[in-house]
Amino acid sequence: MTGPDKPLFDVEEMEINFGPQHPATHGVLRVKMKLDGEKIMEAKPIIGYLHRGTEKLFETMDFPQCIPHTDRMDYVAAATNNQGFCVTMEKLLGITIPPRAAYIRMILAELQRLASHLVWLATHAVDIGAITPFFYTFRERDAILDLFEEYCGARLTLNTMKIGGVPFELPDGWIDRCSEVADGFNAHIDEYENLLTENRIWKKRTIDVGVVSAEDAIEWGLTGPPLRGSGVKWDIRKIFPYDRYDEIDFEIPIGEKGDTYDRYLVRIEEMRQSVRIIRQCLDRLPDGPHMARVPKVLRAKEAGMVYGSVEAPKGELGYFIVATEKATAPYRCRVRPPSFVNLQMLPAMVEGHLVADLVAVIGTLDIVLGEIDR
Amino acid sequence: MSDDKPTTPPEEAPAADEKTPEQATPPESEVKQQKLPLTDDEKAAKIAEAKARAAEKAAAAEDAEPKDPWEEKPVPPTHEDASDDADAMALGGEMPGIVLAADRFAGEVTLSVPAERIVEVCRFLKHDCDYKFLVDLTAVDWPEREEGRFDVIYWMHRHDDSKRLRLHTIVADEVPISSVTEVWKTANWMEREVYDLFGIVFDDHPGLERILTWEGFNGHPLRKDFPVEGIDTGAAIYPDVYPPGGGPQIEEAEEEEGGAA
Repeated sequence: MTGPDKPLFDVEEMEINFGPQHPATHGVLRVKMKLDGEKIMEAKPIIGYLHRGTEKLFETMDFPQCIPHTDRMDYVAAATNNQGFCVTMEKLLGITIPPRAAYIRMILAELQRLASHLVWLATHAVDIGAITPFFYTFRERDAILDLFEEYCGARLTLNTMKIGGVPFELPDGWIDRCSEVADGFNAHIDEYENLLTENRIWKKRTIDVGVVSAEDAIEWGLTGPPLRGSGVKWDIRKIFPYDRYDEIDFEIPIGEKGDTYDRYLVRIEEMRQSVRIIRQCLDRLPDGPHMARVPKVLRAKEAGMVYGSVEAPKGELGYFIVATEKATAPYRCRVRPPSFVNLQMLPAMVEGHLVADLVAVIGTLDIVLGEIDR
Repeated sequence: MSDDKPTTPPEEAPAADEKTPEQATPPESEVKQQKLPLTDDEKAAKIAEAKARAAEKAAAAEDAEPKDPWEEKPVPPTHEDASDDADAMALGGEMPGIVLAADRFAGEVTLSVPAERIVEVCRFLKHDCDYKFLVDLTAVDWPEREEGRFDVIYWMHRHDDSKRLRLHTIVADEVPISSVTEVWKTANWMEREVYDLFGIVFDDHPGLERILTWEGFNGHPLRKDFPVEGIDTGAAIYPDVYPPGGGPQIEEAEEEEGGAA
């Protein structure tokens, strides 16, 4: 640049809005920036454009009625949202789900993780300028959405889990079709990696961009791939295993430096691990019922508060439910969205970098505004 | 159904035998003929037989394989005292009397502490008990409660042994509580959200602004007295129709720039 304290141009700092309507913000995120030339001096994310009052709505609904609303928060990963809510409710009501239900849930959740990471990879790459991976990833994502459609009839807002299990038995032949997708998937991941991992432009745009140290990541409450990218081995599936993740063998990939490239590698490896989990679940899928015997009307017994969380594709998705005695509806249901907490770190990651890096950092945080604004 | 009769107490059995046949089944006469001439000995024998059968059944039920937990009735969690919790004791040892209540529910420990000393407590938990990670910060509204209207909840995590701890404080309406942003940076947006949706003011917060609604929004949506269907905020397109205070108050300069962009 030009000297240490001399501005690039002899003008005042320029204030500019990035979004809320901008394709690279992944939704309706607005970042108010103060720029010196192309250098970001200050960035302030402004959110709330998609606020629908979901937490308020939860308070008016019976426990099972809340589940379709959870779909609409992280709308590219509806299955894990359902799973989080159901896991928390089962904790509150003391329900143990049958093993078959747990395995079906894990298959659906891992398929969802693949689908979500594919959307992330596609949009992240497009933001940075590589348009080709988009066509590849959406091809595979469509195969996954077809599986969802066959299972529950929906492709995006799945509503595919119930408190006490899953609503349907797997359709005939579904396991074979799912195996086909899972077995072919690693080859597809290799394709994406061929396009990006050693790509010079990709590396220039991502290495040393948006570096987060492990201490900072914990201090700022990052979870999911942004935290693992900084080298912290943390995964809810391992530390608080829900459903039957404790019976499954998989690794937690971690990065070293905590830059955008590391987070990219972490997510790519996570996809491979998801395939591994799906493969194991399909092989070991136990027989038995797909729903626990739950009462017709779900009623909390004692007043109390519980917190349950799952490893959503974006990070730790937690539900904090307060119930009064004999309640059939949550008195308060707080959602701890991973994107909300992760986005908070954006200013610290981009200040001093170029505007183009902001796009890379938003992409690498993998935010979904439906979840942030709720 | 057949279990019920044999287990009736012996004193009542004869009386029941005399009365029921008249009201009940068609082959009345046969029943009467058979049952009435029972001697005491026969009755005793029958009762003993029935008792033996019941005992047999009970034994069989005990021996039978236990049902899978998902076939049984749900077992909801109950509240237990958690004052033996290591962190509760550490906190109580450092600041005597600070733990007002310690509760364990569904495996989660909740410590109630006074709101005035929340920063002190959080700092101790972070630096001495190693709770480096604040997972969540939120509030609950209890409009009718006498001790204070709001619960403010802190939910933290320790990496070494993956333990989680919840702090619970009670704040009255329109009474500020100190911000914990200096302890955990991540509390910043969470406190802004609580301020926005509940109207709880956090003292010493670096930038306490509304986050999900807009500056100038009238009310705090997650309070129980805020209507679910929402309020008429006056859309920004009718600034002259709706009175000020309801609609978004956009700064003048920003409006011009925003419009142009």
